[in-house]
Amino acid sequence: MEKNPVTPKLVVIGGSAGSLTVLFQVLPELRPSFPYTLVLVLHRKGGSDSHLVDLLNAKCTAPVIEVEDKEALQIGQIYLAPSDYHLLLEDRATFCLDDDEKIHYSRPSIDVTFESAAHVFGKDTVGILLSGANDDGSEGLARIRAAGGMAIVQDPNSAQMPVMPQVAIDKNHYDYVADIDQIRSYLNQLS
Amino acid sequence: MITDTELTTLLEDIYRQYGYDFIGYSKSSLHRRVQRIFAMDKFPSFAELRYKLLTDDLYVKHFIEELTVNVTEMFRDPHFYKTLREQVIPSLASKPFIRIWHAGCSTGEEIFSVAIMLQEAGLLEKSLIYGTDLNAKVLANVRRGLVPIDQMKKYSENYIASGGPKDFSQYYTAHYGQAILNQKLTEKVITSTHNLVSDSSFNEFDLILCRNVLIYFNKNLQDHVLDLFDKSLSPLGFLALGSKETIRFSGLATYYQQIQPEKIWRKTQ
Repeated sequence: MEKNPVTPKLVVIGGSAGSLTVLFQVLPELRPSFPYTLVLVLHRKGGSDSHLVDLLNAKCTAPVIEVEDKEALQIGQIYLAPSDYHLLLEDRATFCLDDDEKIHYSRPSIDVTFESAAHVFGKDTVGILLSGANDDGSEGLARIRAAGGMAIVQDPNSAQMPVMPQVAIDKNHYDYVADIDQIRSYLNQLS
Repeated sequence: MITDTELTTLLEDIYRQYGYDFIGYSKSSLHRRVQRIFAMDKFPSFAELRYKLLTDDLYVKHFIEELTVNVTEMFRDPHFYKTLREQVIPSLASKPFIRIWHAGCSTGEEIFSVAIMLQEAGLLEKSLIYGTDLNAKVLANVRRGLVPIDQMKKYSENYIASGGPKDFSQYYTAHYGQAILNQKLTEKVITSTHNLVSDSSFNEFDLILCRNVLIYFNKNLQDHVLDLFDKSLSPLGFLALGSKETIRFSGLATYYQQIQPEKIWRKTQ
């Protein structure tokens, strides 16, 4: 993966059904103090399934923080979009939450965060779309690419639910298709 | 796509010509909303939207309504209402008179939820519930006590999860696709337009609820509004915010005590 010379400041990973197992294979293996901010937007059940952030923290060496309104972004940390809110970037330093209607039956919606990241971080954005059973995320990847950023989709063959990455591939909204090992090494070679 | 500069231009136009101040709103959310209105109303260019807003008062009204309407639910986050029911409402019981303010109440679902809990605690009779919103259109709905009937199953589940002891269906009657709440629940509700950006404190309250409104404001405006709430709270009054909102970064933090883990704070002086 040498094509895109972006130096990312922000990596956003979007996932739905079948994405947690991928994250558990990737996140614990990230090198310490990775030089970007990592954001997770996962389709979750409504209500307060606060276990997810605990579960991620138990597995990851980097701290995982469930975002509160106007939380500050820091490099080398993992941020989880809270259940029942869309996660936006107010500027390069600040998150912002929004409880407007669901997009693709989802709140948080992956498209919403991808689009906001593309708007604020432009070419310094990497979007990664994982396993899932609906069509969220692909439009957002298109916006990241239009802004000069990098769009990666999980290889549908390696996904428990291939629909979501396959939609992005069918629409041609991607730069690279990567299996789980390739996603991990990609994240670890970013500088 | 509307650019940041174009968004700022629009907001300045609206402020200069109509006095609505959105300058302190969160840019990211506003941008999404303006973009949505732009697409929904099929404007061919930004210039056309700007011209429409400068020349068509009726359209401006529609635009402001679309920009400010917020989604709301009855008994959203049932654990929050459980805490309100078990720890906040009982401590209001000894007061001769209870004043509650729902700031940014939208179509009123949270007002109805609190009214139900006050009635169950036998306190509704001596309560007054003020519902305010910037958007006048939604307030008509609050006064009529209307809720979309297709939501009632979910609200009923929320109500039970919040510790509601009664049969939820006794609180409303179905009427042409809408649920109408019992009149008892809305007769203690007073509605008024109020702009958190520019209007001042108008009474003293024992409980202020403002849930998922501050997320739409930037930090400066949040501080301004929290200060307004502070001025409007009685000495041991309660402030309830949305589940991801906090007073942690504001000057209020030192003399308010949080009822953990909920986003409810009690003034301590």
